[in-house]
Amino acid sequence: MKFIENQVHKIKPHFEKGGKLEKLYWGFEAFETFLFVSDRTANDGVHIKDGIDLKRTMFTVVVALIPALLFGMWNVGHQHYLAIGELTALSDGFLDKFIFGAIKVLPIVVVAYGVGLGIEFAIAMVRNHPVNEGFLVSGMLIPLLMPPTIPLWMVALATAFAVVLGKEAFGGTGMNILNVALLARVFIFFAYPTFISGDAVWVAGEAANFVDGFSGATPLGVAYLGGADALASAGVHDYSMWSMILGTIPGSIGETSVIAIGIGALILIVTGIGSWRVILSVLVGAFLTASVFSWAGISFFQGVSPFTHMIMGSMLFAAVFMATDPVTAAQTTQGKWIYGFLIGVFGMIIRALNPAYPEGWMLAILLMNVFAPTIDHFIVQSNIKRRVSRAAL
Amino acid sequence: MTKLSRGYDIKLLGKAKDSFLSAGQPTLYAMKPTDVQGIGPIPKLTVEIGSEVLAGDPVFFDKAHPGVQFCSPVSGEVVEIRRGERRSITEVVILSDNNIEYRKHDVPSLGSASREDLVKTMCDAGAWVLIKQRPFNVLADPEVVPRDIFVSCWDTAPLAADQNKVIEGREAAFQTGLDVLSRLTDGAVHLGVGPGSADVYTKAKGVQVHAFSGPHPAGNVGVQIHHIKPISKGDTVWTLGPQDVAIIGKLFTDGVYNPERVVAVTGDELKETGYWKTRIGASIAPAVQENTKHDNVRYISGNVLTGTRVEKDGFLGLYHDHISVVEEGNQMEMFGWLLPSYKRPSRSRTFLSWLRPNKEYHVNTNNHGDERAYVMTGQYDAVVPMDILPVYLIKSILYSDFEQMEGLGIYEVVEEDLALCEFVCTSKQPVQKILRSGLDLVRADG
Repeated sequence: MKFIENQVHKIKPHFEKGGKLEKLYWGFEAFETFLFVSDRTANDGVHIKDGIDLKRTMFTVVVALIPALLFGMWNVGHQHYLAIGELTALSDGFLDKFIFGAIKVLPIVVVAYGVGLGIEFAIAMVRNHPVNEGFLVSGMLIPLLMPPTIPLWMVALATAFAVVLGKEAFGGTGMNILNVALLARVFIFFAYPTFISGDAVWVAGEAANFVDGFSGATPLGVAYLGGADALASAGVHDYSMWSMILGTIPGSIGETSVIAIGIGALILIVTGIGSWRVILSVLVGAFLTASVFSWAGISFFQGVSPFTHMIMGSMLFAAVFMATDPVTAAQTTQGKWIYGFLIGVFGMIIRALNPAYPEGWMLAILLMNVFAPTIDHFIVQSNIKRRVSRAAL
Repeated sequence: MTKLSRGYDIKLLGKAKDSFLSAGQPTLYAMKPTDVQGIGPIPKLTVEIGSEVLAGDPVFFDKAHPGVQFCSPVSGEVVEIRRGERRSITEVVILSDNNIEYRKHDVPSLGSASREDLVKTMCDAGAWVLIKQRPFNVLADPEVVPRDIFVSCWDTAPLAADQNKVIEGREAAFQTGLDVLSRLTDGAVHLGVGPGSADVYTKAKGVQVHAFSGPHPAGNVGVQIHHIKPISKGDTVWTLGPQDVAIIGKLFTDGVYNPERVVAVTGDELKETGYWKTRIGASIAPAVQENTKHDNVRYISGNVLTGTRVEKDGFLGLYHDHISVVEEGNQMEMFGWLLPSYKRPSRSRTFLSWLRPNKEYHVNTNNHGDERAYVMTGQYDAVVPMDILPVYLIKSILYSDFEQMEGLGIYEVVEEDLALCEFVCTSKQPVQKILRSGLDLVRADG
């Protein structure tokens, strides 16, 4: 430990003002503060500070994403072997499936982190400010939102778009209006729609090798076209309630398993890093909306119960990891309830009533990201009004 | 009883033992213009180096408040006038003759004196400077009649002095002080008490007593004002501490300014903690010298959230009843953000310590991270038990929007009320400093 500390101290002067590598200072600083919490002390206010900082906060979110990532890797392999008709039982070939999935997924993770952090470091050094930790989470979220078949260059392009236009253009972590990871996904969704929607993208492998009757459609896609009946008789696919909860279904890498997402949600809520208010209000909004549609019988999902709606598609992943982004969500306590609830409502409206595409969470969250400051504005104004009316008494 | 649920008690080791320290009295005392908000940096000195003073003799006054004297706490000789940036005066140091002789005042009798007489006596004797005025937490203006006067008799700050202990033996003076104060306002004198507050507070006469409970900052006078009768635009209220009330009381019973202070001497770095009976402006040296476990420590006049950093031979602040000593955290810590190498207090549940809420911690002054833009939300709200949106208030100051600052309640808060926000802040924002700049801006503007 002491040895590393000494080495860091030794090379530090090169990066400081007047050193040869002065321009790279903030890059060096990012690595230094990653290795060591600095010896800076509290100086112009309180004399002691809480142990929490942004690095620990972001890292906690990354930890919460790990169950979904690991399960996603295995499931990418599992879906592939299902498609080619080998090792079809859940318990078969765990390692084969996991390794196959890892080979597909890890490059996406590496590309997302590489491109995103590269841009962040470069901009930090050019604009002379510290490297912010926000991308630690975005870099993990982006791969989990992608289908396993996504071309790597597309991941790189989308990440660059999201980081530059979605975040750095606004001033970096904490200043962005739209969720960075969703922006990466929405970029691909509108620029290269065939690579991120439809039935063919959710299972890795050569379609020519797939067994007969294997469509690769997600439960959501199946239910959208054929309602509850189609879901119950999906040929080689098992789209029972239980497989949707377990997550052994086709879908984006991180979105399929209710259990893995649930573990992440638990980590976020227990540590207080993710807002339980937002998560809960998204679920309540979605459930109520699904119930209304189901009761009125006006959705494309004929006969699909509101409960099934809750475990299908990307809603849970979106509620737990995307809607809770504190920077782009509403910031006031009451605002969070409204924000989450409306995401639930709009997301379900898009899912159930949109004739073109049966999933709405990405668009619902981005829409509410835009409206979050407006919601907060009204909460703040009501606080101000209370104060004014008190003074008038 | 007002039960406050939001807030946070930082549990620290090094609580003051319930006994008096054997430490003697210092030879040096100082009056510090920097202790007082709202006065100029270069007050008018009424002494020079070598002047002999009695306890209660004026030392300096602020040019904008010419009648309000800052007086020597002891009799002796002015030995040094320390200056800071741009010739501002930071400390007027007095060498005590260890045999305190007082300047005597002919005090008017409470029953017959006019309000004007009372104010004049206090201003002249040096007791006026103990009163602070809100909004802005500045020296009270003798020209105004405050809406109300508030005294918090319960201190919830980390390791704070037990307010029952510090008033022991001065109960009568405290009541006399309250009698004087109630003559100064058209409203009422309000006492805020906590669970376990002594009879001297809960049974005080001629005042309104309000009971509070809850974690810090429930004992802060600002929080109590907010729940008793909040400060609106145009309101002026005064605040002071229980010991200040007793000093005012003594002035009117004994005819002398006797700035006695019982001080809690706390901190895990000390060999011996306890209470120390001394006077305002005392050098802290007798209480801390040869009393620390090692040298890498920070001495603070006041508590760890709001106190002023002083040297080990520095002086007790005008308004302080607390000396804190904490370890300096000037060491690097490998992967400290990930796997901390020692236990630290935190409101965050990312540390497993939240499972043991009553554990007391050793602390140091490490910043535990670097300043960042705001990311997390709801952290400040959780530690401010008032109907105020702290982050929006701080942001309105950062972009200098006066109307927004007023609307969001800048008149209701001073630094100590938002100090916990600064402690819990993930983004390590200097909340108190920002708030002070906002308070100064609004005050200067009008």
